[in-house]
Amino acid sequence: MKPAQFDYLRAGSIEEVVSHLETYGDRARIMAGGQTLMPMLNFRLVEPELIIDITGIAPLAHIRMSGPWVEIGAAVTQSSLLDWSDLSREVPLVAAALPWVGHFQTRNRGTVCGSIAHADPSSELPLVLAVLGGAIDLASKRGTRTLKVSEFQLGMLTTARAPDELITSVRFPRAKKGEGYVFREVARRHGDFAIVSLAGMAVAGQVVLGVGGVAGSPTVRAFGTLKDAALDDALNAFAWEMGGHDDVHATARYRRDLVRMLGKQVIEEARACLS
Amino acid sequence: MPVRGDTLYAAILRSPHPHAEILSIDASKALARPGVAAVLTGPEVKAMTEPFIVGVKAPIDDWALAVDRVRYVGEPVAVIVAGDRYQAEDALDAIEVEYRPLPIELDPRTAARPDATLLHPACKSNIVHDRTFRYGDPESAFANAPHRIKLEVEYPRVLCAPMEGYIVVADHNAAEDSFDVIANFQGPFSVLTVVPRALRVAGNKFRLRTPPNSGGSFGSKLAIFPYMVLICIAAKKTGRPVKWVEDRLEHLAASGSGPHRITNIEAAVAKDGEILALNCDHLEEYGALLRAPMPGPLYRMHGVTTGTYGIRHLAIRNRIVLTNKAPVSLVRGFGGPQIYFALERLVQRIAVELKLEPLAVMRRNLIPANAFPYRTAAGALLDSGDFQNAIATAIDEGGLGELQHRREEARKAGRLYGIGFACASEPGVSNMGYLSTLLPLEARRKAGPKDGAIGTATVAVDGNGQVTVASDSTPQGQGHRTVLAQIVADELGLTPNDIAVNVELDTSKDAWSIAAGNYASRFAASTANAAYLAAGRIRKKLAAIAALSLGVSSESLTFKGGKICSLTDPTKTLPLYRVAGMAHWSPGSLPDDITPGLRETVQWNPRELTPPTENDEINTSLTYGFIFDFCGVEIDRITGEVRIDKYVTMHDGGRLLNPALVESQVHGALGQAFGATLYENFAYGADGNLLTSTFADYLLPTAMEIPPTQLLYQETPSPFTPLGTKGVGEGNSMTTPACIGNAVADALGIRDVPLPITPVRIAALLHGEELPPPAKFTSAPSSTTAATVERRHDSLMQRLFSKREQL
Amino acid sequence: MPILKAGERHTVTLTLNGRPATGYAESRTLLSDFIRHELGATGTHVGCEHGVCGACTVRVDGKAVRSCLTLAVQAAGCQVETVEGLAPRGTLSILQEAFKRHHAVQCGYCTPGILMSLTHYLETNPEATEMQLREVIGGHLCRCTGYTQIVAAAVDVATRLREAARKP
Repeated sequence: MKPAQFDYLRAGSIEEVVSHLETYGDRARIMAGGQTLMPMLNFRLVEPELIIDITGIAPLAHIRMSGPWVEIGAAVTQSSLLDWSDLSREVPLVAAALPWVGHFQTRNRGTVCGSIAHADPSSELPLVLAVLGGAIDLASKRGTRTLKVSEFQLGMLTTARAPDELITSVRFPRAKKGEGYVFREVARRHGDFAIVSLAGMAVAGQVVLGVGGVAGSPTVRAFGTLKDAALDDALNAFAWEMGGHDDVHATARYRRDLVRMLGKQVIEEARACLS
Repeated sequence: MPVRGDTLYAAILRSPHPHAEILSIDASKALARPGVAAVLTGPEVKAMTEPFIVGVKAPIDDWALAVDRVRYVGEPVAVIVAGDRYQAEDALDAIEVEYRPLPIELDPRTAARPDATLLHPACKSNIVHDRTFRYGDPESAFANAPHRIKLEVEYPRVLCAPMEGYIVVADHNAAEDSFDVIANFQGPFSVLTVVPRALRVAGNKFRLRTPPNSGGSFGSKLAIFPYMVLICIAAKKTGRPVKWVEDRLEHLAASGSGPHRITNIEAAVAKDGEILALNCDHLEEYGALLRAPMPGPLYRMHGVTTGTYGIRHLAIRNRIVLTNKAPVSLVRGFGGPQIYFALERLVQRIAVELKLEPLAVMRRNLIPANAFPYRTAAGALLDSGDFQNAIATAIDEGGLGELQHRREEARKAGRLYGIGFACASEPGVSNMGYLSTLLPLEARRKAGPKDGAIGTATVAVDGNGQVTVASDSTPQGQGHRTVLAQIVADELGLTPNDIAVNVELDTSKDAWSIAAGNYASRFAASTANAAYLAAGRIRKKLAAIAALSLGVSSESLTFKGGKICSLTDPTKTLPLYRVAGMAHWSPGSLPDDITPGLRETVQWNPRELTPPTENDEINTSLTYGFIFDFCGVEIDRITGEVRIDKYVTMHDGGRLLNPALVESQVHGALGQAFGATLYENFAYGADGNLLTSTFADYLLPTAMEIPPTQLLYQETPSPFTPLGTKGVGEGNSMTTPACIGNAVADALGIRDVPLPITPVRIAALLHGEELPPPAKFTSAPSSTTAATVERRHDSLMQRLFSKREQL
Repeated sequence: MPILKAGERHTVTLTLNGRPATGYAESRTLLSDFIRHELGATGTHVGCEHGVCGACTVRVDGKAVRSCLTLAVQAAGCQVETVEGLAPRGTLSILQEAFKRHHAVQCGYCTPGILMSLTHYLETNPEATEMQLREVIGGHLCRCTGYTQIVAAAVDVATRLREAARKP
């Protein structure tokens, strides 16, 4: 289990990265923490020509408040974000979900943007981003652009990032007064990818529920003020629409059941946070 | 492990197919890759080696790598030898193999049918062994019994997965045509005899050395021997030492798990729960090949098929079936989990059906404390025990009453809570003759008797009185050095720190026997006793020399604080090193009846391990410990997760040489057993690909998954071992799955409990019919999405190995 | 920085346990292989090479990370600490002492990685609770011990650190 050969560039600037991306496109891979890319390299599931390491680029190492957003640079590790003293106040849902991301040791290297870029349907941060309605900043030789999460997440391991683009940062909306948040996850073991993860956000009686691990990408649905049987019906429809899949850890049916039952709990808990 | 500077490194190309003919292999492009020194493929292996001998009478075609046909995903197809591992792996991509896929057999039941695809056509059937046994009069007992209660249980494949994989370093001496191998092989050394035979050299031209440390094994590192053959051939071909380190993908795919057993078990039962007779029909699946010492799991427990119970009438049928899965290797518990999951689940079932308490049924059938040594129906000679007292102590000190109270409270609140029990007779030190039970009497007579189990240890004292101990137990982290130092120090009046212990084994010059190795819980009840006896001989010799010098009788001497002193006259004392010096420096002055030098090797064999009798009775092991477990579990109605509230385990492992090390072993076995019961699922897809090919899929428990446990002990010495010791350390692999299974059955009121007990399986029982989609819902469960997601969960093995095939 | 070309051997210099260390690595060489084979520090063990088992955990610039998921060239110029550097030769760290006391080691294969994780965690969280320590150990696989004694050793150290902090 050793990687195939590749060229390696420790990039010093965003300009250097995008200029190489323009040349190499799909034949290059961005490496930030490498906690997903490295196993794929070791398994030889990917054999890029060039690895571009962005961890040394100072302008990508920021966590900052920027208007309604908390902006997190592409070199910021999950552990640095978890250690950020304002996290629980500014983005409580991220604070609740981050401890579920991998383990202490992988969070020390794994990055927030890397997790968003990889777009695994069962990973936690893409779900949280989807529920909160965040945004992604991209740069290329052609210029920069910012995509809404709904425009960015296209499906299973698929995003709207073009082959010549670098994700420079991700933005989470800052929490406001009168919002309630709940995060729940069912995994076989702590630290594993979720079988189903659920994130609920309540604002003035209106509830939004996001689900990861069931459809090809995190799926968000507004449940308004629905209650009791009407809520059950809506959750049932939601579960069927996402469908789910069978794998070695769980069945599609199990995933749908968790959406129905835990979905209801999460919605009720999110409402309870408000009162 | 340091290696010579000119050492080459091997990587292995493995089959992406569960079953296929190899039409051609072209390695020419691989040979042209940078750093590549050699490539080995089937035809060469066929030309340079012999196939492995097989333990049953069936023409199973087994080579160190695939010859003409692959029979499981992950089977070695070629070996690349290169300057380093990276280069070797680079060249794997360049080997071109053309396969013609064949139909596959994965399910033991269908593989057993007459019309199944044959794994080995010469065998005419995938059933390569079928034998029945009968003890007492089971037919009459069943005919006359008031109740017949039966259960079908399955014990799936489980992997021990030590953190360190297999390692082989091989060198070939062309002048002598001899091989020198360093490998973290663990024994049994009976298996080692197949290696020189496969390499076409005499046994004394094959030298194996084991390293000072090995990163765990639990049985697994027995299955390294085919790789010894491969790497030896690679060394012979290149004329340089070759090293191979198994990586995790290789280990998960091809190191071999425990067998998958289906048991139909039935008891004839009296109204009060007494089990009058037992009938066990075992169908055991061993994968594509039956490699030594298989089919051990099917026979290791033969004598204790009736467990801890005094059941006098017994019928057994043993069948072995081959499938397109990785060949089975040794695992912790080796046959025990399969026996006890069937028997102890049945005991719980008897209680439910007869409306009795499970504990009452257990107690009704236990062998009484005054009956030892007790000969079981199938021939095991249970050495000692007081099962009743052990259970009473465990219930009291382990707080069964509190768990019962919690169950009552939980049930009142509508929660799912259950309590389970299990007990087991835990074997230690395998009879080298137990496997011959599988042969019919005539064949056994022809082959000659097989019995016993030699334990070997050497104690040496140098001319300065410094003590060294060597043993045949090839430990992989169990602390044998600590215990050996302690035993010898006690005997010679020294401290453990005074004793140097070397547990490396060199087959060309150390003392060993076919029973050597680290398996079947043999250390405490075999090797440790040999060390004790060897130290005793040294002591006797030193005492005789000292007695002569001091002018006292040797019986009046004691060993204390590095001195040999008279018990009666305090002025008569000599330092031990002085006496040792006399033995070395002046052998001429020793009395005639004392041999020169101070080195004693003891090869101890217990007399109780006799060959199978004419009636197929076999004392499968030397010692039999007792284990009694109970636990409380709570089940989440939504997720189906089983939470173990508390787990209590009582062990009577005879005299405990080092209680702290025993405790470590029990915790370790429990950890593995929690994994086997609740998390680990060695899963093949319907297409024969291994689905659990990484540690992200084959789920070993972490510290987060270990519940609160309580360990309790009782010490009933074994009369059959000089130290009174028994084998310990495997027991919870045997009892825990049954104990948790019984608790889950109790919580849910169900009959069958599938292993592993996963949340999905439990939820399927709890959730009932699924709510249908809403009426206006038209699209099928988003099929494109599901298909895309599915791709991610394709077998990584297949993608990896196929990629290479496509080149 | 220039591109490090595939197939070539590059000089990598880092600080290993406080001392400068230099060796050759390809761009693809894993830090775990570099530490063991090139620098000869074989105390770091390799258990899965896909970042799950934690046996290869070392500290890079103070943080516990998987060395099988890090390239050697990425560690150039970094402070790398391995189990060999936990305590001066012939002595044991407070954590190693606790492992010994609690019989938290059997085969010892997973131990160096767990020690590096816990050393990092306890340095930054000396008041760690049992559950927090369990989670950190949860990033490692051990097949010998069933973890019970490892958790006990870690809790013991946390208790001692807490008590030491309270003493004036």
